[in-house]
Amino acid sequence: MAMQSSSLPPLDVQRAPEGGEVGAVQSGWRLALREFMSNRLAVIGFAILIFFVLFCFVGPLIYHTNQLATNLSEANQPPSAQHLLGTDSAGFDELGRIMKGGQASLEIGFFAAFVAIVIGTLFGAVSGLIGGFVDSTMMRVVDIFLSIPFLFVVLILAVKFGATVASLSLVIGFFAWQVPARLVRGEVLSLRERDFVLAARTAGASTWRLISKHLIPNALGVVIVNVTFQVADAILAVSYVGFLGFGLHFPNVDWGDQLSDGTTYLQDGYWWLIYPVGACIVLTVMALNFIGDALRDSMDVRLRRR
Amino acid sequence: MISYLARRLVTSIIVIIGVSIFIFLLLHAIYPSPARQVLGLSARPAQIDAWNKQNGYDDPVIVQYFRYMNQLLHGNLGYSYANNQSVLALFQERVARSVYLSGISLLIAVIIALPLGIFQAVKRNSIGDNLATSAAFILYSMPSFFLGLILIQVFAISLPIFNFEASQSTNIWYVIGDWYSMTLPIMTLALITVAAFSRYMRSSSMDVLAQDYIKVARAKGLPERLVLSRHLFRNASLPMVTLIGLSLPVLLAGNLITEELFNYQGLGLLFFTSLQKVDYPVMLAYTLAGAVLVVVGNLVADIALTIADPRIRLA
Repeated sequence: MAMQSSSLPPLDVQRAPEGGEVGAVQSGWRLALREFMSNRLAVIGFAILIFFVLFCFVGPLIYHTNQLATNLSEANQPPSAQHLLGTDSAGFDELGRIMKGGQASLEIGFFAAFVAIVIGTLFGAVSGLIGGFVDSTMMRVVDIFLSIPFLFVVLILAVKFGATVASLSLVIGFFAWQVPARLVRGEVLSLRERDFVLAARTAGASTWRLISKHLIPNALGVVIVNVTFQVADAILAVSYVGFLGFGLHFPNVDWGDQLSDGTTYLQDGYWWLIYPVGACIVLTVMALNFIGDALRDSMDVRLRRR
Repeated sequence: MISYLARRLVTSIIVIIGVSIFIFLLLHAIYPSPARQVLGLSARPAQIDAWNKQNGYDDPVIVQYFRYMNQLLHGNLGYSYANNQSVLALFQERVARSVYLSGISLLIAVIIALPLGIFQAVKRNSIGDNLATSAAFILYSMPSFFLGLILIQVFAISLPIFNFEASQSTNIWYVIGDWYSMTLPIMTLALITVAAFSRYMRSSSMDVLAQDYIKVARAKGLPERLVLSRHLFRNASLPMVTLIGLSLPVLLAGNLITEELFNYQGLGLLFFTSLQKVDYPVMLAYTLAGAVLVVVGNLVADIALTIADPRIRLA
């Protein structure tokens, strides 16, 4: 099969004894990886994401700040040699606060996406495989969840249960699994007519084995693309919840909560409380969107190779 | 087509019933009764029980659900104890302002996004296209309140052109004419919406430009502007119909974040304060209304697309 789908030359070109060239067969995943790496924006996005993960989790080990004891005499100081981004309204070093907030925001983003993907994939796979009336009912359930305005219900639940990383992740993930469920169901519906599924069934594979060993691994392309966008959406959702005041509270903090705090001082001109945090959110979400778009393109290449 | 629409209608009604049950049960589980908020924190359990019995909050959930649905269908959305008004009255006070803010932002967004998307597709990969795509990407990745903060900083504080707060007037006509206070909230919403819409518009325009009938029109010698206006515009706008339908819930339910940031007394801000005061009747009515609007919005989008796109209608 000619490599006309990818604009890149084949990885291994061997010379046949009779002369001429033979392109070695590549696994779909390696092709996808190459396509991904050739997308400049994706590589930049990936680098930005790694930077932020390191910045938030390894940063505090290098840049020591006191995040537990308030120091009101030093509140709202502009950036200086001592405090690289100034201090916030409780006297905490702002840069250290951004790192700590980033830990919470990133954790919630990844956990919520994880919850959404796990529930959604299982739900969609079961629904697609069983089919018939069960499938219709399960999809109506998905429709019902999709009709609930996301922000409203997340806020209501956050008011009641919120204020920890775990509860916010669960709440956000619980209202985000519907989209991956639909996507996986679509994939499974087309996959289950394939020969390898028929072969597995004939060999006596149980439903669970079919789902876990055959269907989900082959639907993974769609899942990977979606999980990236789920993380981006979850980070945005946390920032909205935090901004409205229902996120993590003192002494814990997340980026949305910091912005909410900073907004009070907008007119006083304390820019260091607002723009650095906002920029962190925007860059992280942008990086994830770049990666997601590139993954979507490279999954296309992988499918075409099939 | 009629049978398709009939089926969609039946499905929508089933979904609305399902959603109403789910939301009612959810809110009931979290806030079984507003007795605590009404009687105060020092209320004794006996008082709470008496109040619950008197107001019907100790009946089985199913009975409460049907009673609430019955009330709803008769126009009674419940009573807000925190605001000492009926929920319907609260909504009626604010619905005009919310509809205005969301509506005008949607209109401006469509007016900007439609030509912008077409321009991006026609002048593909030019500097203009790349600039617009980058700007859309950044706006798309931004929480809407951050854009609002930046706009306030630039246009209300550093350059005192506009007001940092939205109009506080209760007279809708005054609000409409108040460009000093309303420009920033409207621009915030409009820009965020343009970012999302122009992406769709651009990809849909690119799809249409690749079609054969465009090639034929050009081959026949049709001037480019007519190719764009007569063929490209109509066909590329079809996804916009769906997008506008999907924006219906936000249109009527108010935009929570923007109203909170600019202190605009709309339905969104009402919901936000009801969260803070734990005003259960308002939360319930508002979430239900939002859910029904989402379903109706989807249905309207489907119907509009069926009417607008002859390929679906005649299939």
